[in-house]
Amino acid sequence: MIEHLPLLVEMRSSLWLFPTIATVHLFGLVVVGGAVLLGDLSLMGYGLANQPTHQIAREIERLQITGILIMGLTGLPLFMCFATKYYYLSAFWVKLIALISAITFTFTIRKAALLNANTSQNKKKTIALISLSLWGCISVCGRLIGFP
Amino acid sequence: MVSFLEWLALTSWSVSLHESHYVYLFILTLHVLTLTVFGGTALIIDLRLLGLMMRYIPTSVVMKRLISWNMLGFAIMTITGFLMFYASPVDKYDNIFFRAKIAMLILAGINVFLFLKFVCRNLAEWDQAPMPPVSARLTGGLGLALWMGIITTGRFIPYQQYWFG
Repeated sequence: MIEHLPLLVEMRSSLWLFPTIATVHLFGLVVVGGAVLLGDLSLMGYGLANQPTHQIAREIERLQITGILIMGLTGLPLFMCFATKYYYLSAFWVKLIALISAITFTFTIRKAALLNANTSQNKKKTIALISLSLWGCISVCGRLIGFP
Repeated sequence: MVSFLEWLALTSWSVSLHESHYVYLFILTLHVLTLTVFGGTALIIDLRLLGLMMRYIPTSVVMKRLISWNMLGFAIMTITGFLMFYASPVDKYDNIFFRAKIAMLILAGINVFLFLKFVCRNLAEWDQAPMPPVSARLTGGLGLALWMGIITTGRFIPYQQYWFG
């Protein structure tokens, strides 16, 4: 039903609307990528590791939310354009589950680890690896969805 | 130039790459996903130069600690990008978006060169400043704008045939 909304029929037939929204979706990828990478690198002792992680957490918070919003707002119309195609793709469902897990993980466990100076080194590394795997899984699935 | 590219297109590796469905898609995926590493770190450095992020961390620290990740990302993007060009050199050469992308890449390179040559010369004077001088903000902003253009034209490369036949 979604696919037949007039706006989406228009979007599919337009030669520039879909790639334009997909491009903005890519901008979102860069923003989320930067924020996630910066946080996880400092948890693992790389990147801006000489700064206390709670300072990094504050710095990336806004970037993270902005990136996720850009991706969500552009991702929804991209999905709606070809809703039935995606419905039958397992990569789409894996992406969705990983996305929900990643967002929950990022704003609970990972945020707490960044803010708490007493978190053990091993725990920090494990959390960073889980975060990178979840976000990595989302981006790989995202790419797989787009393939013909 | 075109005859060289035509020769390049007929080399056996180019033909295999062009015809291999999965290898090409794998390279494309690697190219796009490395954007998170390259673009992500470039974004943070540019935002620091614009005085919009990490204002209390010296600019030199942000640059020094992130530049190796940035260069690693850039190296992977260049290699995968070159392989995709090599798979269909004549098509890419004829592609208006590809040409625009390369032009902007060159401009981005010049921007980095000017930044290192002139803006960084007195880095020590404004390193600690939350808000870098106008010249640094200008390069940061220009870098960001150019990369947005490069991503956009890159994403549009496959759409040439729909638009211009």
